[in-house]
Amino acid sequence: MSAVPIADFSNDTIWITIVKAVVILVFLLLSVLFAIWFERRLVARFQQRSGPNWNGPFGLLQSLADAMKLLLKEDITVKAADKVIYLIAPIISVFCAFMVFAVIPFGPEVSIFGVVTPLQMTDFPVAVLYILGITALGVYGIVLGGWASGSTYPLLGAVRSTAQIISYELAMSLALVSVFLWSGSMSTSQIVGSQENTWWAFTLLPAFVLYVISMVGETNRLPFDLPEAEGELVGGFHTEYSSMKFAWFFLAEYINMLNVSAVATTLFLGGYRAPFGIGLINDGMFDTGWWGVVWFLAKLWLIMAFFVWVRGTLLRFRYDQFMNFGWKVLIPAGLVTVVFYAVLKGLSTGPDPVLSFGGEFLTLEWRQLLLGVVGGLVVIAVLMLLFPGEDEEKPAKAGASARGGAAKVGAGRSATTSGTKRPGTDKPGRKRATEEPFDAFAGGFPVPPLPGQELPPSPRRARVTTPAAAPAASPAAGAGEDEK
Amino acid sequence: MTNPFIPILVMAALALLMAIGGVAASAVIGPKRYNKVKVDAYECGIQPSPHAMGMGRFPIKYYLVAMTFIIFDIEVVFMYPWAVAFTELAMFGLIAMLGFLFLITVPFIYEWRRGGLDWD
Repeated sequence: MSAVPIADFSNDTIWITIVKAVVILVFLLLSVLFAIWFERRLVARFQQRSGPNWNGPFGLLQSLADAMKLLLKEDITVKAADKVIYLIAPIISVFCAFMVFAVIPFGPEVSIFGVVTPLQMTDFPVAVLYILGITALGVYGIVLGGWASGSTYPLLGAVRSTAQIISYELAMSLALVSVFLWSGSMSTSQIVGSQENTWWAFTLLPAFVLYVISMVGETNRLPFDLPEAEGELVGGFHTEYSSMKFAWFFLAEYINMLNVSAVATTLFLGGYRAPFGIGLINDGMFDTGWWGVVWFLAKLWLIMAFFVWVRGTLLRFRYDQFMNFGWKVLIPAGLVTVVFYAVLKGLSTGPDPVLSFGGEFLTLEWRQLLLGVVGGLVVIAVLMLLFPGEDEEKPAKAGASARGGAAKVGAGRSATTSGTKRPGTDKPGRKRATEEPFDAFAGGFPVPPLPGQELPPSPRRARVTTPAAAPAASPAAGAGEDEK
Repeated sequence: MTNPFIPILVMAALALLMAIGGVAASAVIGPKRYNKVKVDAYECGIQPSPHAMGMGRFPIKYYLVAMTFIIFDIEVVFMYPWAVAFTELAMFGLIAMLGFLFLITVPFIYEWRRGGLDWD
């Protein structure tokens, strides 16, 4: 058991609990309104625009106006929809999003209305498991909503979204194992308490990196926003939704961003604890009472800013790249991280600490442990080494198909060029293309001509003598093709 | 509040009230003007194609992902109690968990090599 006690809620009456619940709901709604404005303003800065700045000071009331507009819109139920599930889906989605913050600690114990109570609604020994469970339930909202719309785009968006969320949830849960391992608890207040000396983000850095990557995938945000890829799926699972039902999906997405940020703050960034240095001022004055809320919100919004930053910087993945990244990079990396930190913990702590600093160093336990661990790891490593066999086949196949494709395209190209007026220039030009460096701007600005594309005659080209111009244009096209 | 799950119920009640209330409010407030095109499935402006039987089809690959997910999710859920009770279980727990991880890793590698994780 961890040395840190679980937060004490024995003073809470039912009224205190209800007040806390209402405060959390209002906090979430206001945070979402703010987050939308925050994101639009920040992305606008990244794109050298000014963003919403008209309604209210700095445009702060823009998202409130949007919310009111959505509320006043017509509630359309599409003809092909499964009426009941179509109605329930957004409710499930937003309900699950609301529930997570019940176990997030906002601060240490304070006095509200004369009652000393922690700034947290509730906490129990499996709080983080509860968070993961309720987040996983939220997937139902998406998949049922997309399915019940009775339309093609929402269905595809929903299955994509589900596959994405469950894949990245695995990596996320694996990243959390290290935290449970080292803090010896799954209760949020105990995990915050265990980070008194150092934040887990520093000591468990690989787990933190894994968590941050998978939390972006988990919330369907760029660069992992494939379920809502506008160019492919219109709007994803909520294409057929309007009015408040759409608003709930939208709200749930933003609350989920807040949720994963809050979990990252609590589990990795010390929760409501003051940053280093500040916590030491004046006998830890800034580490008590209402100050906790300040640090918690500061860390939360830093992670939200990271979300927006990533969105403003990166491009959307292709779906196969995305799934490969999740299953072939993140999950193996998560497993390796867990094994590494478990072995490290086994060696450094426990009833018979083997690497206890200053204690006895070499015991029988140590040898047994090392044999077991090294044996297991060696076998796993040997199995992992079998992979290159597969990887070597792949590029060969891909190369062959690429060559085949190039040959086909080349054949088509030579067929089209042979129909034009310079049939003789084609083949020598293509041969030379392999030797000459690739010049992206040769033969056309801003893009080189596509294979088989004939550029319109340039007025300046008339000045150059024809025999010189013909081979100069042709290799560029060949080079462009090779690059492809 | 001695039972820590009562606040969860309070939160659930309020969240449900809010979620249903919002949908109900928009249904009451919003206008209702029937339009044949408006209630059609959206398909970029063209006549919507008749939906396939049983609310449409999607690639079987997604089922494969879901099945693999279940295996790994159970693995991870097994790891949670072990992680929390790591100190009590000590060496026995660590070696047992490494063995368990190994047993899960073998089919994972098998699925990987058989192309179960490839998207094309």
